[in-house]
This record gives sequence, structure tokens and C-alpha cells, in this order.
Amino acid sequence: MISEQAKERMRSLAARYPMSRSALLPALHIAQEEEGYVTPEGIATVAEILNLTTDDVKSVATFYTMYYHRPHGQKVISVCTGISCYLRGCDQLVEHLETRLGVKRGETTPDGTFTLECMECLASCGTAPVLQVNGEFVENVTLEMAEALMDELSREIKAKKVLQSPQGGSTGRIK
Amino acid sequence: MPELIVTKDIDAPGLDTLEVYRQHEGYQGLEKALKEYQPEELVDMMKKSGLRGRGGAGFPTGLKWSFLAKTEPRYLCCNADESEPGTFKDRMLMEKNPHQLVEGVIITSYACRVAVAFIYVRGELAYAARQVERAVQEAYAAGYIGKNIMGSGYSLEVIVHRGAGAYICGEESALMESLEGRRGYPRLKPPFPAAVGLYGGPTVINNCETLSTVPSILRNGPEWYGTFGTEKSKGTRVFCLSGQVKKPGNYELPLGTPFRTLIYDERYGGGILGDKELKAIIPGGSSSPILGADKLDVTMDYEAIAAAGSMGGSGGVIIISEDTCMVGAILRITEFYRDESCGKCTPCREGTYWLTELLHRLEHGGGKQKDIDLLVDICDNLAGKSFCPLGDAATSSIVSGVKLFREEFVEHVRLGGCPRHQAHAGVH
Repeated sequence: MISEQAKERMRSLAARYPMSRSALLPALHIAQEEEGYVTPEGIATVAEILNLTTDDVKSVATFYTMYYHRPHGQKVISVCTGISCYLRGCDQLVEHLETRLGVKRGETTPDGTFTLECMECLASCGTAPVLQVNGEFVENVTLEMAEALMDELSREIKAKKVLQSPQGGSTGRIK
Repeated sequence: MPELIVTKDIDAPGLDTLEVYRQHEGYQGLEKALKEYQPEELVDMMKKSGLRGRGGAGFPTGLKWSFLAKTEPRYLCCNADESEPGTFKDRMLMEKNPHQLVEGVIITSYACRVAVAFIYVRGELAYAARQVERAVQEAYAAGYIGKNIMGSGYSLEVIVHRGAGAYICGEESALMESLEGRRGYPRLKPPFPAAVGLYGGPTVINNCETLSTVPSILRNGPEWYGTFGTEKSKGTRVFCLSGQVKKPGNYELPLGTPFRTLIYDERYGGGILGDKELKAIIPGGSSSPILGADKLDVTMDYEAIAAAGSMGGSGGVIIISEDTCMVGAILRITEFYRDESCGKCTPCREGTYWLTELLHRLEHGGGKQKDIDLLVDICDNLAGKSFCPLGDAATSSIVSGVKLFREEFVEHVRLGGCPRHQAHAGVH
């Protein structure tokens, strides 16, 4: 569901640019924030607000790698595998995380908690290897640090689940 | 260090706020520009300073400004879509000193008679984008952006625009397509952006570091800026040192400093990781041809790096030590171009795919002797024959790598794969 507030943000963005179409990328970002990924409803909403066809919006949304087209985990772990991180051992880091999470790169854990993905150079080569958790940087990542980070994220998610459901057992996929 | 210009005071606490930025001469350049200069005089000043674009091509900034067609409306777009592998300076400048960039954008907009300016920030750099957005909002509130700036009669709107994940959008014409809400496909040139750019209007596109340098040139004068660097490559630039070096990081040095100083001096790189031997240098981001260890005393200015067979590019200096397999490293670089080729033109879309396939089988077994020449042959079908420079960029590491390290490729064929595969790049 795209909220009225989000639609209003899209409309005001469209009005800021010399041509409303320029608001397409930011509007898709908003749609994704709202629903976790770019849904058919998100595409339709953006199309309606910017006066474009849904196919047109879809063609743009599928060009850019930051837009997800299906649900992803609550925590998206994006490991940089660019050349500078490669020279500092990022492949071992990815393998380590694959083992720890029990999924391959590009996959989401069955409980919908974690998505592991590999990224192109993230502009943090001076602090390689690096990863992002939901878009925020974690730098100079050693295997020990990765372990500690995963422990911390798991604890955080568990605590959230207990808060959200009195039974504490829900493993429902987050939208 | 007195030579610091664009990274001066960068670690001062709170520099990202308007208040502290002002304590560090912030917005004095803008005030001077608006009160003492006509726009055309600023274009001349920039020409005199010798500042050249820090994004990759190294085109003289003042000259670029002077090429703008006289029609209106005109636009400025700051290219902060930093995605060249090995480059991480613009992210730092935006995160730590966003007001310097914003001031540069305002001065440049005034010099080029621009009424609407955009700062296109790479989508993945969420924090950098928030920092720049906040700086823009503060600048609006302080009257540095908006109507009748500081009583000068000049008005400007600045819009911070986030990308969404596409290396190709760092190419200026693809960036404009993206900013107009389309897939990031490059446009045919000519017409160049200076004639027909954003929304059909004349458009100046400058890199983030370039624009961040402008305020200091205003404050201190073009002659002062010209005292740094070499005769043709004036000033300083932020060298992004990464890879197998003890102290990777951003180091601002005068153009013309030797690679040896950046890599081995204790104040900068501090030597090769594990005290290994240097094997190769990628001097200007992954799109620049690889240089051998014998080029250590080449100076880091546009001319000397070009004479050595490569290019200064984005300033991303990637260090490779003796322990690393060149075939594996070049494979990793090539995978990047395969993934980032936009698919618009056939040579690049197909070429980057097949280059990766060949490198993959050389590295992982099954490579044949003829594959080595086939790699070079495919590169010949990409370079200069692709729609935009991404195709050329994809060939740089392969052509130079095969030339410099051919015996390593041959060894891979003979052994049926990489002899160092278990040990490669194992740092942690």
C-alpha cells in the first residue's frame, strides 16, 4: 500500500523539477521505501502521478539495480566485490557469510531475515573489504567482525520479533 | 600539510555544518564571486587557474564553462555518481565537507548563468546524499541559495538527485538521461551537453571534486592555485590509494608527485602490504591501463601518466602485489564491465560478456593458448567501436595486462587454471 503521504511526496518532487518525469527515480525510491520493493502497485502509482504508462515506468525500474522486484530480507547484507575489495579478501568474506547464513549470494534466508548480495565497487576502497547493511556502510570488515555483526543483527531481529508478537514465534516475511 | 586544498580541515569536527564551515572561510568565495566579479570574469579566472576535471577525462574546467551555448535556460549538473572501481574521494568530500561542494555549485552556477543546478549523487551513497541534502537546506535557510542571493540579484535553485544503481550514469550523457527519468543509455555526441544537454538546454557537467575545488580558487586566486602541480597539470588532486598497500586512503597531493611517494612514503601508503614486492599499479581507476612496477618513478600528472601508457583517470590508484594473480584480478575487473554494460550497443554488450567467459576459463581451467590472442582481438573490436567510453574502458586492463604479464596467461593455459587460486588475495 502506498500511503497518501508518500503520494504527496512524489507529487511535490514532480513539481520541483523542470519536467515532472525527472522525479521518476526518486518516486521509485519512495515507492520502494513504502513497500519494501517495487510492487506492481508502486509502479502504477508512480505512473499515475507522473502521467506515464506503467510499461514506461517498469522499463526504467528494471534498468537500475537498486530497485528490488520481489521481497527481500529484513536485513540486506551487500558485500562489495569490486577489484579493491577483491585485493583485500572480499571473496573469503562472501564465502564466510554464505556458510553462516546457509544461503548463496543473491538469496534470502528461508525465515526472511537476511538477504546476501554482492555489489559493484561501493566507493569505499580505502577501507576494504566493506559491506552495507540496509544501505549503511560497515568498513574494514574482518571475518571476526563479520561474525560479531551477524550476531548483533540476529539479536536485534529477535528482540524486534518478541516485541511485535506476544508469542514471539512469528517468522513472517517482512514486506 | 600546507598543500592541502580540497581536503583542508576535512577532519575538523562539525565541518559538515554551516556554522563550522563558515569558521573555515566557508562561503567567502561565494561572497567574493557575487560582489566582485561578473560571471564571464569567473570563467576567465577558472581558465587561468588551470583547473582540470577530476572525474576522469581531465578537461580544462574554465574552457568547458566557456563552451556553453548562449541560449537559456542553462543547467549545471554536478556529477557525484562516483562508481569507478578504486575511487572513493567524492564520497568522502560529500560526507565530510558537503558545504564546500554546495558553495562550488553556487559559484559555478553564477559563473555559467545557470538558474537550476542538480547534484546527482550515486544511489548507493545514501549517507553522502543525506549530507549534501542537509547542506543544501542549510544554504537555502542562510540565503546562499534561492532568490536574490546575498542581495546580488542572482537567483538559483539546487536539487539533490539520487541515482539508483548504474555505473553507466557516471558517463555524462547517460547521467542526463537518468536525470530526465529514463534508462541510463548514453546519448550520441555531438551535440555535446554544452550545446544540447538537460531538457535540451546548454548544460555544464562537472565532477564533485572539481566543483569542491572552486571555492578555494575564488578565495586565494588562480595564480595561487597554479603554484601547485606541474605546468600543464596544475593544482592538487585527491589520490584514492587502495589495494595491497599498508595504509590505503585518500591523499591529496600536488599533481606531479611520483607514484613512489604515494605508495611508499610513511605519510601516505607506507609500502606494500606484508612488505611484498610491487607487481602492478592501476593508476586512474579500473578503466585505466595497468602499469608495471617499473613505472614507480612516473609522476602523477595527466601528461606523465599518459606518456607511460595509461591515464590519470579518476585518481583511483590500485596497488597489486607479487602474490596476486593478474588473470584473476583482470577477470574481476572485466566482470564489472560485463555487469555494468548498459546493453545499448552490441560490441560492448556482447564483447564484455565474451571477454569474461574467456578470462573465466583461463582462470578456472579449460583455457586454450589461442584464447589469449582472442582476448586481444575482441578488445580490438570494442575499443573505439562502442557507442560510449564504457566499451573502451573494459579493454584497458586486458590489453595492458596481456602485454605486461603474458607469461602468466600462458602459465594458466599450461597448468589448466590458476596456480595461485588457493592463495590469491588472501589478506585476512
